[in-house]
Amino acid sequence: MSLAAEASYLIASVLFVFGLKRLSSARTARSGNLMAALGMAIALGGTLFLEGMANFGLIALAILVGTVPGWILAKRVQMTAMPQMVSLFNGMGGACALLISLAEMHSIPVAEWQHALPTLFGILFGAISFTGSLVAFGKLQGLISEKPLRWPLQKTINSLIVLIIFIASAAMLIQAPGLELSPMQLSLVLTGLALILGVLQVLPIGGADMPVVISVLNSCTGMAAAVTGFAMQNMSMIIAGTLVGAAGSLLTLLMCKSMNRKLSNVLFGSFGAGASGATAGGAASGHDKIQREITFSEAAILMGYGRRVIIIPGYGLAVAQAQHLVHELDELLEKRGVEVKYAIHPVAGRMPGHMNVLLAEANVPYPKLIDMEEINPEFAQTDVALVIGANDVVNPAARKDPSSPIYGMPILNADHAKNILVVKRGRGVGFAGIENDLFFDLKTRMLFGDAKNVLQELVTEVKAL
Amino acid sequence: MSALAMTYIFILAIFAGVEVIGRVPAVLHTPLMSGANAIHGIVLIGGVYILGKASGDLTLTLLGFAAVVLGTLNVVGGFVVTDRMLEMFKKKPSQPEKPK
Repeated sequence: MSLAAEASYLIASVLFVFGLKRLSSARTARSGNLMAALGMAIALGGTLFLEGMANFGLIALAILVGTVPGWILAKRVQMTAMPQMVSLFNGMGGACALLISLAEMHSIPVAEWQHALPTLFGILFGAISFTGSLVAFGKLQGLISEKPLRWPLQKTINSLIVLIIFIASAAMLIQAPGLELSPMQLSLVLTGLALILGVLQVLPIGGADMPVVISVLNSCTGMAAAVTGFAMQNMSMIIAGTLVGAAGSLLTLLMCKSMNRKLSNVLFGSFGAGASGATAGGAASGHDKIQREITFSEAAILMGYGRRVIIIPGYGLAVAQAQHLVHELDELLEKRGVEVKYAIHPVAGRMPGHMNVLLAEANVPYPKLIDMEEINPEFAQTDVALVIGANDVVNPAARKDPSSPIYGMPILNADHAKNILVVKRGRGVGFAGIENDLFFDLKTRMLFGDAKNVLQELVTEVKAL
Repeated sequence: MSALAMTYIFILAIFAGVEVIGRVPAVLHTPLMSGANAIHGIVLIGGVYILGKASGDLTLTLLGFAAVVLGTLNVVGGFVVTDRMLEMFKKKPSQPEKPK
């Protein structure tokens, strides 16, 4: 290896560590991201100085072909579609690791385990990450049903695939006698199986759990990069991949913690009878209760003449792209002397921090976004809690109903407010498929419609007060 | 490089990865995930290596080329998306750092 390449990898590794460190604090995050990007550029540049490198024209062309759509997609995507974009890019990384591992396998005549083992892992992690991320992307983008899909023998089929993968890998590594297939042919079979497994594993998971899934797949791609680094004996790939694998795993656990769920429950939960039973029970209970509607002018009066209003944004706000209108409503109310705050549930939206990003885009001042623990005691002194496209994060069943699948999840205590206004697209159940008693509360009034239209009407009505 | 040395690096990097994001506030979960997502785009250089050493082998050239394209998408898209997210946090210069 050339000195230039070695030095570039060392510098890049240091930059990645510092970049990640800075990314975990609001003040330094942006510079952290730039540092990591710089590290990547340096590692890429250094690689070109490796001995025996050729094909520079093709390399430049391939980088150009990847850069243009990547840049355009990333610049054009709506803030609301960020989660699926991250998932899509993650899938690309997984596919990249898969192809590299296949190329490695192609270049070795015999499957010596020191080389074949990490390459195999690269194939498996890469392939699962690739199709898993694409399914997650499809679910969040609305191309595939967000509902957990179920079919018979899910668990058995998946276990069977895992078993076959295991046996085939072992047969290759010990170079089992009588094995007709070459390592490359076996690798292609394994690739196919792992691709299928990625799809089957993510399809049954509901859209609400996608952030966790994306985080898991993110660390999966990280590990794919790391094991590929082992196969290619490349330090920077081992270090960067492992950093992401480890940090991603921790991040996954932190996310699960803020939803009060077990990771195993997220990944395998919908296979069991527990989740489906609970959904059926929830649907049956809300039979004879009614949701009360309210007119826009009445809603405007409630808020305009109140003293304190707390806005609870959820995914519905993001989908409707209504963040600017919320801010407009907020400013109108403040002008009238109403105190307006935003209650941010840690997992509101599709990703932790999703709401903060959106509202920041609409120029809502940062100090007005209040964390759950801090704002919960304030609901009792609040005149109106305005719930916009949020559902499960305000479902009192999480506090009261031990049979509910979300029981134990910390929620925003919107039901403690004097009045609750709920902006909702329709009467259906929420994302997790659970009936929400808040909507039937005597203090609650519903405003049905797309968040953008409803807020537009509310803004007009408040102006007219 | 020996397998043992690589394993050392691997283990130490796990500790580093866990340690550096130890106390990240929930607001930053999404940008952090996105940033980490861009960093594992390091697989790109594996692709560059394959393509650079393909030396006329058609399979390797094709695999390497596709890998570089996909890896670049991951890297460029990842960093740019992360930067856009973080840009929004930085808009207000007087904005205090998130407490706790």
